[in-house]
Amino acid sequence: MNTQNKSAFATSQNALTRMDWSQLSRHGGLIALAVILLFNLLFTPNFLHPQTLFVNISQVATIAIVAVGMTLVIATGGIDLSVGAIMALSGALAPLIFTSDFALANPELGLILSIGVPILVALACGVFNGAMVSILNVQPIVATLIFFISGRGIALVLTNGNLQTFHNPAFSYLGTGKIFGLPFQGYLVLIIAVCVWWVMAHTKFGRQLLAVGGNERAAELSGVPVKRVKIGAYVICAGLSGLAGLIVVAINSASDAARIGNLMELDAIAAAVVGGTLLQGGKAPIFGAILGAVIIQLVKYTLLANGVADEVALIAKAGIIVLAVYVQQARKE
Amino acid sequence: MQHLIEMSGIKKSFAGVVALQNASLHIAPGEVHAIIGQNGAGKSTLIKILTGVYRKDAGEVMIAGIPSTISTPREAQDAGIATIYQELSLVPLRSVTENVMMGYEPRTRLGMIDWKTAHKRTREILERFGIDIDVKAQLGSYSTAIQQLVAIARAVSLNAQLVIMDEATSSLDDQEIEILFGVVRELKKAGVAVLYISHFLDELYQICDRVTIMRDGQTVGQHVIAETTKLGLISEMLGRDAAEIEAAGMTALGGGEATEPGSALFEASHISTARGLRDVSVTVRKGEIVGLGGLLGSGRTETARALFGLDTLKSGQIDNLGKGQISTPAEAIAAGIGFLTEDRKREGIVPHMSVRENMTLALLPKLTKLGKLDRKRESELVEKFIKALGIKTSGMEQPIRELSGGNQQKVLLARWLALEPEVLILDEPTRGVDVGAKFEIQSIIRSYVDNGLGVLLISSEFEELVEGADRIVVLRDGRSIKELENPGITEESLIAAIAHHHDEESAA
Repeated sequence: MNTQNKSAFATSQNALTRMDWSQLSRHGGLIALAVILLFNLLFTPNFLHPQTLFVNISQVATIAIVAVGMTLVIATGGIDLSVGAIMALSGALAPLIFTSDFALANPELGLILSIGVPILVALACGVFNGAMVSILNVQPIVATLIFFISGRGIALVLTNGNLQTFHNPAFSYLGTGKIFGLPFQGYLVLIIAVCVWWVMAHTKFGRQLLAVGGNERAAELSGVPVKRVKIGAYVICAGLSGLAGLIVVAINSASDAARIGNLMELDAIAAAVVGGTLLQGGKAPIFGAILGAVIIQLVKYTLLANGVADEVALIAKAGIIVLAVYVQQARKE
Repeated sequence: MQHLIEMSGIKKSFAGVVALQNASLHIAPGEVHAIIGQNGAGKSTLIKILTGVYRKDAGEVMIAGIPSTISTPREAQDAGIATIYQELSLVPLRSVTENVMMGYEPRTRLGMIDWKTAHKRTREILERFGIDIDVKAQLGSYSTAIQQLVAIARAVSLNAQLVIMDEATSSLDDQEIEILFGVVRELKKAGVAVLYISHFLDELYQICDRVTIMRDGQTVGQHVIAETTKLGLISEMLGRDAAEIEAAGMTALGGGEATEPGSALFEASHISTARGLRDVSVTVRKGEIVGLGGLLGSGRTETARALFGLDTLKSGQIDNLGKGQISTPAEAIAAGIGFLTEDRKREGIVPHMSVRENMTLALLPKLTKLGKLDRKRESELVEKFIKALGIKTSGMEQPIRELSGGNQQKVLLARWLALEPEVLILDEPTRGVDVGAKFEIQSIIRSYVDNGLGVLLISSEFEELVEGADRIVVLRDGRSIKELENPGITEESLIAAIAHHHDEESAA
């Protein structure tokens, strides 16, 4: 075979693989999910047991909620490293409030405050992040690093670094409640996802957010309030992180400021990327982020259920991210 | 004679939309060959197939008589085809030497880069083109023209057989264009073929040997350029009768009914900004086009920026007739001012978004009821403008980046027209747009002006200004120095107004 023929052959083969890739990348997430499910059906003991579904839904909920917020921030061309720390902050605040004397005297008001105040604090953190990025023009990675470092510190100071355990059935409903036999937070995820999706598809804010991520200068010249839109994305992300922090605390009936939301920023970014969010901004596939969260949770679960150490699971997670980014690159063509 | 490049029967479609059908291109070794055609005619698609960016659906590509197997830009480069894009693909922060030698650096015996040899070789390469610059300096510290020449030098040093120049002169001034032409002639002497893409027909007559004309994805003609006329080329590009075009004139901005301009829409008096405006006064009235004339850097775009609320005024005032202070684009838009910017790519389109989303970006606040977008009204509006402006797209959901330059520009024009503005600032509305689309864009603008729109027109083409504007405010060094009124302005009188004042100044 002469060189000419050989390279012609290589070209046609190249074309073939490229076609496969475009197919694969479009449905990559769903294919990955199917593969993981199939693997579990074959190898994981008791995978079809309702308890398995229950555990996975209650665990994926926090990742999914934060991933939705992260998707919005990434869609503006930014990133939010502070989500895990904000979870810890709100998770530490809630028990402090409902175990206080005031809340014990007024249980209903105490419950409302113990959910409302932590989320308000989280939203305030979001305003700070957004203002740093949009008004002071600090790089998002640096701006959110501030709370990444200090948020958990504040939470530890508030609780003196103690583990707070509590018994408060009303609050614990957030993490342990059931509707039709499935965890409450699973429904919460769906409601949040549908709401955020609707906002992105049907409101001015959603359209403007994507425009800011797609071409900030063009958006500004078209009258888009770029600063406000960016702050909005960080505020929503922080608020959702605060909510996720409450859910973690409710699941455990205990609050450990050192552990709540630990490494959550990585899971959330990974879920967003696996779900098809472009890191350069301009795209916000909300349901993709949910799918990404489910995939990451299932991989974790699969490895644990089959006796693979937690440390190894981290490596597998990294592998998924590499694959997702690779597929994203292939799709660009 | 054997052709260097022989493309024939090329077909290509994108998502069902035919971009090329039966396109062909023949380039002889060592000739300067031009490709012309309207935006969307398929010029860039054809070239991207040649350079391996796209793959063809059907047809044949031969390089020096051998079927081409190029499937990536890198392979094209290795096969001796170098492309110089409008936007440079060099690294401005590194030295000239590093840019020229990138990937092919000479090594010492220890495997380190041999800088002495590298600098020497770079100097030799550049000298061949008559460029004598400090090769150790950052590339970005030189003018665009020099950077472009460096890109060409690099291409040639990699033994290019064909250099493709895509709109190479669009950002150069006259003197720089002359240098570039010198290089093109030098290349030709060295037996390197040049494929030259330009919207400026005059340039083709200066340096090209032959021309290929494309229309609607097909090659419709190939001529020796000396045997053609400008009018003949245009009529072939547009597929229209030459006599018809001649009768209509070369621009479509002028020739509206001689309506009396109405009341003033805004009056800017003696404004200055930190960006280089010193003392500019300009008024735009209902139903007139006011041109801003002047050289590059005279303060034309800066005036537009100040009026649109992008730059804060240091002194002077803008009277918007009671619409209040304008300090952000959003406020300007609310006050009925639109601004079609010069840089379509960086300041205009949002590439990931669809035609629909791009067109309604500025209109969003008006399409919103209680926070919810009225999607139905949006679609109706977009549909209406696609029809009215003759935008060529496979549908309103097509990503705007897939449209040709002229059609992107029409979408952006529609973005502002949909707002029903009172004043529209147009900064180079027809730059980088082919003759056909240019004509259409100009007629659209004129028809809106006839209905009462006030336009502030910035254009580097004196022809467009002279034929289009009702009045021209002449700017120099950030000051408005004179106002000319149509009818009566000629290109000569405009140039004289700019130059004459120049002389006065220097004499004083």
